Amino acid sequence: MAEREIHLKRTGLYASGCSPVNMIQAVFYNEDMLVYDLEDSVPASEKDAARILVYQMMKHHRPRDKYVAIRVNGLYSEYFEEDIQVAVRANPDALRIPKVEYAREVQEISRRVAEIEEKIGLEAGKIELICNIESYMGVLNAREIASADPRVTALTVSAEDLTASMKAQRTKKGLEVFYARNAVLLACRAAGVDALDVVFSDINDEEGLREDTALAKNLGFDGKSVIHPRQIDVVNGFFTPSQKEINYALRVLDAVEKGRKAGKGAVTLDGSMIDKPIELRARTTLAQARAAGIKLDGMVTIK
Amino acid sequence: MRNAVGRELPELIDGYQVKPYRGAYEGQPAPSPVHTMRRAGKSTSDTEKLVCSLEEAIRRVGLTDGMTISFHHSFREGDKVIGQVLAAIRGLGIKHLKFAPSAVVNIRNPSVADFVRDGTIERIEASGIRGELGDAVLEGLMRHPVILRPHGSRPRAIEAGELNIDVAFIGASASDEYGNATGQIGPNACGSLGYSFIDERSADKVVVITDHLVDFPCVPASISQQYVDVVVKVDEIGDPEKIGKGAARMTKNPRDLMIARRAADVMAASRRFRDGFSFQTGAGAISIACTNYLAQHMQERGITASFALGGMTASIVEMFQKKLVRVLECSQSFDSVAARAMADNPNIVEIDNAVYSNAFTKGALLDKLNFGVLAALEVDTDFNVNILTGSSGEMMGGLGGGPDVAAGADISIVCLPVLRGRTPSITRRVFTCCTPGETVAAVVTEAGIALNPRHAHYEELKEDLEKTNLKLVSIEYLQQLAESLTGVPAPIETTDRVVCIVEYRDGTVIDVIRQIKR
Repeated sequence: MAEREIHLKRTGLYASGCSPVNMIQAVFYNEDMLVYDLEDSVPASEKDAARILVYQMMKHHRPRDKYVAIRVNGLYSEYFEEDIQVAVRANPDALRIPKVEYAREVQEISRRVAEIEEKIGLEAGKIELICNIESYMGVLNAREIASADPRVTALTVSAEDLTASMKAQRTKKGLEVFYARNAVLLACRAAGVDALDVVFSDINDEEGLREDTALAKNLGFDGKSVIHPRQIDVVNGFFTPSQKEINYALRVLDAVEKGRKAGKGAVTLDGSMIDKPIELRARTTLAQARAAGIKLDGMVTIK
Repeated sequence: MRNAVGRELPELIDGYQVKPYRGAYEGQPAPSPVHTMRRAGKSTSDTEKLVCSLEEAIRRVGLTDGMTISFHHSFREGDKVIGQVLAAIRGLGIKHLKFAPSAVVNIRNPSVADFVRDGTIERIEASGIRGELGDAVLEGLMRHPVILRPHGSRPRAIEAGELNIDVAFIGASASDEYGNATGQIGPNACGSLGYSFIDERSADKVVVITDHLVDFPCVPASISQQYVDVVVKVDEIGDPEKIGKGAARMTKNPRDLMIARRAADVMAASRRFRDGFSFQTGAGAISIACTNYLAQHMQERGITASFALGGMTASIVEMFQKKLVRVLECSQSFDSVAARAMADNPNIVEIDNAVYSNAFTKGALLDKLNFGVLAALEVDTDFNVNILTGSSGEMMGGLGGGPDVAAGADISIVCLPVLRGRTPSITRRVFTCCTPGETVAAVVTEAGIALNPRHAHYEELKEDLEKTNLKLVSIEYLQQLAESLTGVPAPIETTDRVVCIVEYRDGTVIDVIRQIKR
């Protein structure tokens, strides 16, 4: 199984597989994760064309500095088999799987991916899975889903379908999905994977987006899907570490490095022990800072 | 012969003696020193200037076949003056005129092209020709090539004797019966009449056309009675909806917003972004957004500007009202907020186009400009800029003040997307060279910022931007990226016949446009 790298996912932007203009343009925005979509944004009559376009885009114009995912149609959809054949061959960083409700679905998809990887000679297990939780059942099973397979590196919450399945009314404040957001977040934390928050749907309400993103950041999410490129810089801003957080992360890694050189098993900083999650969080903080263009040179050299 | 940007030019075009472009800062205004003289007249207390029809005005000023007439373009696409005047001229059977407005806007019903077809207009000289007429010119409508000059070159050409205006028709949103006139008040206010100042002073005869007569004396007065021969009252001089309704809105296009933000970031990163700096941002979609981002930077850093220059928008007026800018030097008003702001604020100044942009005076405001933000249709790997012709060989814009601003501003920033639809905007060679690359400091796109190593302030700007996280790339990278996404378009095919002569601000020829094969 491949070693996982840390990939920032502060923002995830969908580009429809049937829109060459959107696919090309999405490369230039500042989103961390670019998702080429074969699912909801592609009408039934365009599914085959979208597969070809996404494949060609990945082969010839894949952005080098982004985490690239392909959203396939769901496991039970008539399009799934052809989608996954093409999507794995395109060799994205991840497949984004819609409407996941049970761990066994994730395992089945992982098995299918592995078969194709082996058949075409791709490194086994490298393609990650990001599971979209879009129903009450998905929320209830989030913990099992998050730890269903080593390929799973993140869960996201999709509020529109979720609220429909709950018979809830979707509101701007989002109280109706507050529990679901937390449940998925805790499942992600338990499994050690990234938690990605719901989209904020009103693209003209920047103040509302700021409030909602601040909440997501405070709850502990690692990023947020966006519905429009205009939302990217705002969301990235919230998930970019402050100078205080950067300084602490640098000190953590400095202490870890000194402990390693001294051959110490346990390392402490300011009287507290630095365990693996704290070190990982520090590395993530610095990766987020670098992705945001913050120059760390001259502070402390960190590998 | 070949000029300094490598364009092949004939030596003589239909009697026009070509002076090849030799470099952005090489030119001289005229072979001999220019003396401007206002036209003398004789008036007494019983002089009557007000007439009740355009026909009568045209007869009074003695317009005859082959003369040169001028207009301003400050009513933009809401202009109803040009159509009415040309229709009256046609009705009087006057033919073969040279039509020399500050720019040809895309007016319809009637179209200017109709007046070319029926022989009323035989020659055109302007800064740009938009719309139906522009496309028709490129396809060979005119017998004689159109001469296109940037804004700064028009007063130069007039004073150098290259463009002699016989009759200037000046639309004004308010005037008194003696010819004191303005664009600042009245139902069709268009704001600054800065492009008409040179016409007022230089034309043999001046006709003011208004739909809003006010009591004598009209105050404020941009056009002075001492230059005006005739005043005509018509029913309507414009369509206020099209002159500029409300405030020009900020774009919501995420790509344009990104480019605009980067352009503002470039300015904010420059060492010239300090208290008392100056800027010109223009009125396109990216420009207005850029203005707003610039204002944010200024507020964050507590910096104020000494002046903003050129065409004004509500965004710049808002900056003025927030005391972020001390003076607005206004050559044109792009929306109704900007149009009406001058009347109430002595620090919003209506300026003569020559003071704004003419390189051959004893001082243009552009000489004092730190930052100029410019739009473009194409930029090539020599940083040459095309602001006239589109990818399919259609007339898409005008020179405006682009070449002047690029040459005058310390840091000139050209903003454009790397591709539009399926066409690359960053090319190996622009179809029409309007602004020479040596005057362009930076090209800002959604895919990165390219600095021009040939620009006078390259080292300084590079040093400043390298301290930021802005993505610096080469112009060749942008060109290759664009072509990798779109492929290389087939070249636009032309005949050998020159249909447009593109002059630089010093009157030399920087390029010609040949007839497009359809």
